[in-house]
Amino acid sequence: MDTPHPFLSVRNLRKYFPVRAQRLGGARLMVQAVDDVSFDITEGETLGIVGESGCGKSTTGRLLMHLIRPDEGEVRLCNKPVLREGGLTLRELRRNMQMVFQDSYASLNPRLTVVDSIAFGPRAHGVPKDRAREKAHELLALVGLEPHLFGARYPHQLSGGQRQRVNFARALALEPKLVILDEAVSALDKSIEAQVLNLLMELKRDLKLTYLFISHDLNVVQYVSDHVLVMYLGKVVEFGPVDEVYHRPRHPYTQALLASRPSMDPEIKIEKSPLSGDPPNPINPPSGCRFRTRCVHAESVCASLEPAPVNVSSPAGRHTVACHMWIPSSGHSRKLT
Amino acid sequence: MNPSEGARITVELGVPAGPPAAVEVPVGPGVQRTYWQTVGERLAHDPVTLACGFILLLMVAAAVFAPWLGLPDPYHSNSAIRLLPIGSPGHLLGTDELGRDMLSRLIYGGRLSLAMGIIPVLNALAVGGTLGLVAGFSGGRVNMLIMRVTDVFYAFPSILLAVAIAGSLGAGVANALLAITIVFIPQITRVTESVTTQIRAMDFVEAARASGAGAFAIIRTHILGNVLGPVLVYATVLVSVSIVISAGLSFIGLGASPPAAEWGLMLNTLRDSIFLAPAISLLPGCMIFIASMCFNLISDGLRGAMDVRL
Amino acid sequence: MLYYLLRRIFYTIPIALGVSLVVFTLVHLAPGDPLSAVVGELDARMLAEMRASFGYDKPLYIQYFVWLGSVATGDLGYSMRSGAPVLGILTDAAANTMAIGVLASALGFSAGILAGMFSGYNHGTWLDKTVSSAAIAGVSMPHYWLAIILVIVFSVQFGWLPAMGFGSESSVFSWNTLRHMILPVLALAAIPCAVVARTTRACVMEILSMEFVEALRARGLSERRILWHVTRNALPVVLAVMGLQFAHLLGGSILVETVFSWPGTGYLLNLAIFDRDMPVLQGTILLLSMFFVFTNLVVDILQSWADPRVSRN
Repeated sequence: MDTPHPFLSVRNLRKYFPVRAQRLGGARLMVQAVDDVSFDITEGETLGIVGESGCGKSTTGRLLMHLIRPDEGEVRLCNKPVLREGGLTLRELRRNMQMVFQDSYASLNPRLTVVDSIAFGPRAHGVPKDRAREKAHELLALVGLEPHLFGARYPHQLSGGQRQRVNFARALALEPKLVILDEAVSALDKSIEAQVLNLLMELKRDLKLTYLFISHDLNVVQYVSDHVLVMYLGKVVEFGPVDEVYHRPRHPYTQALLASRPSMDPEIKIEKSPLSGDPPNPINPPSGCRFRTRCVHAESVCASLEPAPVNVSSPAGRHTVACHMWIPSSGHSRKLT
Repeated sequence: MNPSEGARITVELGVPAGPPAAVEVPVGPGVQRTYWQTVGERLAHDPVTLACGFILLLMVAAAVFAPWLGLPDPYHSNSAIRLLPIGSPGHLLGTDELGRDMLSRLIYGGRLSLAMGIIPVLNALAVGGTLGLVAGFSGGRVNMLIMRVTDVFYAFPSILLAVAIAGSLGAGVANALLAITIVFIPQITRVTESVTTQIRAMDFVEAARASGAGAFAIIRTHILGNVLGPVLVYATVLVSVSIVISAGLSFIGLGASPPAAEWGLMLNTLRDSIFLAPAISLLPGCMIFIASMCFNLISDGLRGAMDVRL
Repeated sequence: MLYYLLRRIFYTIPIALGVSLVVFTLVHLAPGDPLSAVVGELDARMLAEMRASFGYDKPLYIQYFVWLGSVATGDLGYSMRSGAPVLGILTDAAANTMAIGVLASALGFSAGILAGMFSGYNHGTWLDKTVSSAAIAGVSMPHYWLAIILVIVFSVQFGWLPAMGFGSESSVFSWNTLRHMILPVLALAAIPCAVVARTTRACVMEILSMEFVEALRARGLSERRILWHVTRNALPVVLAVMGLQFAHLLGGSILVETVFSWPGTGYLLNLAIFDRDMPVLQGTILLLSMFFVFTNLVVDILQSWADPRVSRN
């Protein structure tokens, strides 16, 4: 599975946000939004990122787009470093990587027609006006909206699903290789969501795209992804092939997260919520393993030492877990392999 | 009177009426109206705004075309006909304390008074609008710098600052204009900055940045159009304030000087005549009031038509 | 909360310094030497001596710090006209302005809140429309014109109240002085009343349309209890507007005080401008603007007390 040059490689990505209210004289408080996140994406696959709200999924997406500057870390696209000597410039990065946001309404300028919104990107990259509009029409057709019917409309004259289709068209206007979908279908009605997901899969196949699919919806992620990345409080806790992670979750957090899904079978009831309470405050995360405060297997080593991700054997490819139970010499009483 | 009525500024974008329908309503091509067309259409159905617009248009037109209206000379005094009552033959609105025709003076007075109401706001709009856009769009240190300086000027009551500047510079129309402009720049900067910051945080601006477009293109295409509405509404309120303050400066002798026809100055010189001709002595103030009120009502109308909350 | 308080007070310091710098600069914008207007035709040597005694011969930034230092110790200099200490002149004038300012605010705010609550609660009725129209007329009103109207009605036509001045009695609380205060107070109260009425109305209407009010109604609360909830929620916004209005009223009283020859700060400012009495001019502007800064501070603190969301942000 490990190709010499992964399509996108992310190493040690870190972003701490300063908190406004700081104590006089005291140290600056930081929200550790994304801490030491590393992963690879292979060309043509879909990587899903899951986790509770506030775990840093969306921040990761924005960091990759460089909408927020990372504090640390290296991003390489097609083996070229981003914003480094001899690497990709911001403009080149954004030609190759595009993003779709959750709020379909807020992500479209209410004063622009659909066509103008889509044509803005190409125009910014020097495509002449007529050609850009022509291209916008083609893209509208591609995402399943009749150009002559919808092109001249304003965002408020469209339904949520239609608006999200326009947002896809806009993201595709620069012919990117990688599209980051940040909760892109989460706000849609379930019936519309399925249609839009199918469209996404078709587009991916036809245009040979690679997706980074960020969502809190475990079922949707299972449906679209090839690999899954599970995040907790800014850290990666588990990474692996989707079927492996879903059927044999290794990390206690992943297990709890998957167990908290309501079952489709009315006979199976969740007796006791596997995850209790809210995630701890990201300003002052627990020492050692960040999940230990909610973990049933927590021991003293979990508080003193941060578990490094380790490879676990898996038939379908690379699978890593950051948990002391999986580290042979960690000193945790439970040893899993 | 002063525009700091609301501490909060919220912007509602577009014409979002309720949740968008999930059903696809077919709309034929070409029937869509732009945002500004919609606003125009709403204004056209607002009788109050229309009436105010009409009154103001009349005032401005009369002031501009005053020399061709066949009015008596506004500067010709005649002590034989001092303080003629309203309705006197040949002097429809009577005469002032020097026997000058009131109607003519009020119409000519509109030239200075309306100009002194509108020009400072236009100037402040150019300067403050630019500063606010830059501060709001850049954020960070640039924003800090611009807004902290703005805060200092904002820490003066408007009338006091205008009087202080005009008083220090000395009497005169140009100084009064400058004084009021300086008073309004921080106010416009604040509103523009606040709206720009709000717009900049929206996803569509993120998306525009993600497309790799430059700051200038983003401001032109995505920010300006959305900032313009709220700032325009605010500027209209400021014109109404400006008319009152500038006439007020002339009223205490800091703006226009005699024998100029200017409403505030006329109100002041006629103060000595309140015992003899109370009705006449109130006329200039009446003009200030009407003009100021019209701008206020138009601002209300615009606010409603644009769905802007200031 | 305490932390917010300290931070807010701390934040006022640079603003106050900035304001003092603006006030200082303003006076030095004046064309010509501040002395030449007063001294008139004197020989050069005497002028130079006088300039040195006022410190006008030093560079501007040094003058600023010297001035700031003396202001900090309460020394605002001496009037060029009368030679009296500016601080003393100002305190008297400020007391007079405060007297009409407080009365006008009390009157304007209570009337405005009542009208606004009433109007917002009965939204859309003809009474609401009347109140709204009156309020928009009020905010557009040139208050110096209103002052003249009041004089014409109450002094000229009916002869009930004196048109100007302060009365001869030394005490502010004499009947005669009070009679002199009525018209200036009315003229000053109009704008704050209208502004507060508009804000309160908008606020009440917005709160009434919120879902929590519906939830209260659904729980069967009486309209009186609901009114209490509405008031509680409208308070922070109305409070902020009231504070600003009070400060604006004091700062903007120059026009009304001029009409009534009321011996307050505004009137003093007017005299100082035309006498080109720079120390008095500087002192008055400084006092009024510092008061404005101070009021803003108080309003912010009150607001954080009335609305816990403010201090947390």
